[in-house]
Parts: sequence; structure tokens; C-alpha cells
Amino acid sequence: MAKYLLLKHYRGAPAAVNDVPMEQWTPEEVSAHVRYMREFAARLEATGEFVDGQALAPEGTFVRYDGEGRPPVTDGPFAETKDLIAGWMVIDVDSYERAVELAGELSAAPGAGGKPIHEWLELRPFYAAPPTITE
Amino acid sequence: MDEALVRSLTPSVLGILVRRGADFAAAEDAVQDALVEAVRTWPADPPRDPKGWLVAVAWRRFLDATRADTARRRREDSLDGEPAPGPAPGVDDTLQLYFLCAHPSLTPSSAVALTLRAVGGLTTGQIARAYLVPEATMAQRISRAKRTVSGVRFDRPGDVATVLRVLYLVFNEGYSGDVDLAAEAIRLTRQLAAAIDHPEPAGLLALMLLHHARRAARTAPDGSLVPLAEQDRGRWDTGAIAEGVAILQAALARDRLGEFQAQAAIAALHADAPTAEETDWVQVVEWYDELVRLTGSPVVRLNRAVAVGEADGPRAGLAALAALDDSLPRYAAVAAHLHERDGDLATAARLYVEAAHKAPNLAERAHLTRQAARLNGRSGR
Repeated sequence: MAKYLLLKHYRGAPAAVNDVPMEQWTPEEVSAHVRYMREFAARLEATGEFVDGQALAPEGTFVRYDGEGRPPVTDGPFAETKDLIAGWMVIDVDSYERAVELAGELSAAPGAGGKPIHEWLELRPFYAAPPTITE
Repeated sequence: MDEALVRSLTPSVLGILVRRGADFAAAEDAVQDALVEAVRTWPADPPRDPKGWLVAVAWRRFLDATRADTARRRREDSLDGEPAPGPAPGVDDTLQLYFLCAHPSLTPSSAVALTLRAVGGLTTGQIARAYLVPEATMAQRISRAKRTVSGVRFDRPGDVATVLRVLYLVFNEGYSGDVDLAAEAIRLTRQLAAAIDHPEPAGLLALMLLHHARRAARTAPDGSLVPLAEQDRGRWDTGAIAEGVAILQAALARDRLGEFQAQAAIAALHADAPTAEETDWVQVVEWYDELVRLTGSPVVRLNRAVAVGEADGPRAGLAALAALDDSLPRYAAVAAHLHERDGDLATAARLYVEAAHKAPNLAERAHLTRQAARLNGRSGR
């Protein structure tokens, strides 16, 4: 009963083992990949472990407060940004071990040649509510 | 319609159906149908005997559903052979549900969800909101749990320890829905302790009451955590403390010590002290020794080191700490506290920062960061 965020990166994560950019896959390979992701989410819904998930567009803007009465400052997008998040999924599982197991499965999504991408996924625990008993 | 009444009747109605031979998952569906029917008809036409009404309607629904399923013809035949239902002590039926919902084949989160639904009478939506997951997710979790225990027969008493662990998990969850899970855990544990002749459910009930009694004083109005030593003891619920202590004493008198009784004894020693300074730390350490003997848990040893630090001074606490693995949760926080009391402020500040990075929740992180800031001399200036 702990929530984890699975982060999928466009870039910033270490290179995947099967590291072929998606635009160089065949259309069938792309479809297979998308289907795998969808089925993975559906499976987690069925096990009662799915909380939420979304894909993110690569374009982002940085926004900053610029003082009283002035509009916020915006900047970017920064093409040189090292880390770009492609999407995320939140799961609610019984243990860290289970979270790692699921992230491993997600990382096995098929890519070029129908082989698993072996991409790196970032796994981050959510802060929990303070327990009723601490002392 | 009295929702609390319906909620309290749900488990015994379900228990009666299951005792009559209904499959658990099918019985649960039938009881939910009966509840929906009650919501619809009771306001205009309240029954004289709500429980009897629910049993009758749920049983009819169950039979209808079973009959409709021709593939289950054989089961129906065997049902006809079941003895006619008679009056039975409701509490025993509920007790069976406790054991079923804590069945070892379930994962902890499934056991918790099923207990809240089948024994607590909560709706799937209420449980989902309390755990901050979508209702569809919680519905799946519950229906999987129901399927898992569906074939289990009620022919032998289950493991009390497993049931208690599930209730303890419920109590320890933060809550965020319209149901206070701590209060719900107390209600269910109270029911269990009344139904079962064993001092440990009483020990767990005492433990919950003693911690719940301090709840109002545990957080500041801004939501930040107030440590035990700094809590305004005038805000503790003395009624709940007195009840918890009385329940604990009766349990201890039966001379079958268990870990929940020992934990409750420690909580009672804290609750008993008029000020933090007057806490009987020597006795607290003795109870921790019992707990170490009962559980062998490294987390208990860590808490014991804190108590030793209070009873015999920070050096003794640090010595006790030195024997433990520094990867334990909250190890750095305990070490920071002991080093500060020992006067080594630089080490303490560094350890508070480390502890803040490892804190499992935001309230604790903020608290530990404030401790580090205080020692670094920038707080409040």
C-alpha cells in the first residue's frame, strides 16, 4: 500500500539496450509498443494496482514569478534540456519489490525488431501520510 | 435511514448468509443488493426488524442469483439440503468474517480493503477515497480478494495475529476520505475484542485508544508534526486514555503477554506522565525489552535506544544504537536526537539533514529540516 511514480524519459535516462529511435521502427513495431503499454495499464487496473497514467508532450516551458504586478517570466522550450519526461504512471502496490517488478515489466515493452527496449524507467516513491503511530 | 445502523448490521447479515452455505463472493453481492434495496424502500417503509429484513432480502437475492445460473444447478440442490436458518448469535458470524478477510492467501492491501468492506460495511467509493486510488481500482482489488477467498470454508478458527495485523494496518493509514480510518479501526477492534476470548485484541484496542487520545495534540494548526515531548497534554482525551489503560490492565492480568499489550503498556506510560520529564523511562525500557523478546524486530530495538537514552543518558542510548544497522528507517533521526542531547550539535545537525532526506512523509521531513535549521542557528531569526 505504497504509491510509486514510474517515470518514462524521452532523454536524460541512461541509454536503453535496444536503443533505436521510435521513428525508425516499422509501423507494426510502433503499434505493438503502444498495445503493450495499453495492456500493461489494463492489467494493473485488473489487479487493483493502477492509480493514474498520462503521456507528456516533449515541449515544455519554464515559468517564473517576476515581482508584484508583473506577468510571469517564461522561457524555453530548451532544446538542450538534458532530462525530458515522456510520461508517467502512478501505481499503488504492496511493496517496493512489487514496484520494481512492474517497472521491469514496463521496461520490456517491445521496440525495434519486436524485441524489448530494455529502457531505464525512474521509480520514485510518493510521500505517505504520517502514520497514526509514530512515537 | 440510519447509515451507522446499516453499516453495523452489514457484517452479521453477510456472516449469516455465509454460515447458511452461501459462497462468500455471491453472498457479498447479495448483501450489497439488499443494501441498495434498503436505501430505496426504508425511508418510506421502515422495517420493524432491520437485520431480519436485510437477511431475508439478501437471502432471496442470493437464491435468485444462484437459481438464475443454471450451470450451478448442482450447488442449488445442495443448498436445498442445508438446515433451515434459525436465530444465531450475530457476533460469531461477524467473527468468521474477520478471519476470512484476513486470510493468509490475501495480500495486505487486499485484506484491508475486504475487511473495510465486508466487516466495516463501507462502500467501495469510501474505501477508494480513503486510500486515494480510483474507485475502479478499489473495486477490482475487492473483487479479486473476494474471488481469492471464495472457496474458503469456515471450519476452523483462523490466526488471530493476522486479523490483528490487518486492523493495525487500517489504524495506521492516514485518511483522506469521508471515513476516519483510525476511528473505523477502533470500532472494528472493539467488536473483535468483545467477541474473542484472547488478551491480544484487547491489547490492540488499548494501544489504538491510547494513540487516538493524543491525536488532537499531534499536529499544530498549520499541519506540522508536534513531537510527543512538546505536545499540549491538556488536549489529550483523558476519557480515551482511562479506557485504554483499564482495558490494558485487564488484559495484562490474564498473563498472556503479546506484542500489542507490550506496545500499549509503553503508550500507557507516556499517557500517564503529567509532563514529558516525568515519564517513567526506566519502565519504558523494561517494556521495550519485553517487545524485543517477543518480536526481535530491529525497529523495536531502535525505539528502545531512544528510551535508553532518556533513562540512562545519551551516551547509553548511542551505545545501544551502535549495535544496530544504520540503514534502518529513522536511524539517522534517532542518532541526531541522541547526539544533540550529548552536546555534539554539528554531528546532530548533519544527521537531521540526512534524516530529513530519508523521511517517509512530508510532515516528518519538515519537522527534521526545522531541527537541522534550529541547530544551524538560523531558525526564528
